[in-house]
Amino acid sequence: MALSETLTKQGTFPTPPFSARGPLSVRLLDLLSAAPDGDPHLIPLADEALQAATDIVHDDDIQLALFLLYGLHYGSVVETDDAWEWHPSLIALRLHLEAAFEAELRRVVPVPALPEPSSAAVAAALFALTGEDSGPSLSRYIAAKANREQLAEFLVHRSIYTLKEADPHSWAIPRLTGRAKAAMVEIQSDEYGGGRPERMHATIFAGMMRGLGLDDRYGSYVDQVPAVTLASLNMMSMFGLNRRLRGAIAGHLAAFEMTSSIPCGLYSRGFRRNGFGQDVTWYFDEHVEADAVHEQIAGRDLAGSLAEDEPSLLPDILFGAAACLTVDGWAGAHILDAWTAGNSALRVPLVTGAAASAPASGSES
Amino acid sequence: MSDLNRAAPRIVACPNGPLLVRGELDLVTPEGDPIERKRRTIALCRCGVSSIKPFCDGTHKAIGFTTTE
Repeated sequence: MALSETLTKQGTFPTPPFSARGPLSVRLLDLLSAAPDGDPHLIPLADEALQAATDIVHDDDIQLALFLLYGLHYGSVVETDDAWEWHPSLIALRLHLEAAFEAELRRVVPVPALPEPSSAAVAAALFALTGEDSGPSLSRYIAAKANREQLAEFLVHRSIYTLKEADPHSWAIPRLTGRAKAAMVEIQSDEYGGGRPERMHATIFAGMMRGLGLDDRYGSYVDQVPAVTLASLNMMSMFGLNRRLRGAIAGHLAAFEMTSSIPCGLYSRGFRRNGFGQDVTWYFDEHVEADAVHEQIAGRDLAGSLAEDEPSLLPDILFGAAACLTVDGWAGAHILDAWTAGNSALRVPLVTGAAASAPASGSES
Repeated sequence: MSDLNRAAPRIVACPNGPLLVRGELDLVTPEGDPIERKRRTIALCRCGVSSIKPFCDGTHKAIGFTTTE
């Protein structure tokens, strides 16, 4: 295998390297272990899970189920028969879980007052929303205090989204038109390396994981992360895959980009403080510059233009942005709270030495 | 026929933020040496406090930089 292919091809697992978290995900993993046979009726099981859940966003079984269902569209989550991707039983299950997940998000996410549906006003409102201080900061902790074990834990959390960086928002490209589509493509092209696969952000992140001795194959650390980390990705997938939620995915990307440059500079500082070089900090250093560009495009040309062209989407643009801040705020607080209490932020500990003995990226597929 | 790679540069003065540059232009040091441009669209620092000048690093937001009169 050529060196460039070794560096840019993502390895996969023949069977899921993670466990179910309740009756619904048990059933799903069992179904996905074979080719489709008939039309399993999964709604009653889903209703039981929804009724048992006190908080859908933090419910392990429901969030893992959604993660598995979206994973059929992304690939590299469960290697299974491709016919499952559009199997009516699983699509019905996804729609059922999504309805409850979306309703819960709309109930708990505080959305600010709506600006005028003009590009300038929407960009200003999004910069104001994302600029509000939300208390203790994970990025400041990482810059000043985190040790090597904590840095590895941080990458484990980030890997759930970042090994698929940009993919959830790319679902939105054909669901947008005109100026908003051009802006989305301008940002995503940069995310995907501008034509150079070795500069693809997910690929740079995989290199950073290897630099810390972590396994960069997708799904390696699903067992380690809490439901809210899965919920963060599931929310993006839901916003991106449902055309009616194109306002939310545009707002989500704007908020994501607007809260990235300065934290990435702090993350990079934390890794350098622990002795890591530019080969490892490249990912964060790249994002300091890239996201300072993307936030301008996302605010005015993506979210702002979308609001001008389709004013009825304005509430969802603000909802998507606020949902990004709320859910990612919970995921960050989960890590910071554990560390400040002297605990691991992982659901299951990393197995010592497992990372060192893991095959190199791309050696299995 | 416009060729994207030879398009005249267009600079957007972002409110309270950087100068967003699209199109081809020469970005050089005072000696005329090229400054590496890693992406097609770049943001140039306007507030003066970026740690990666001449590029923007988003710090204008932390210092409350404004472009209004």
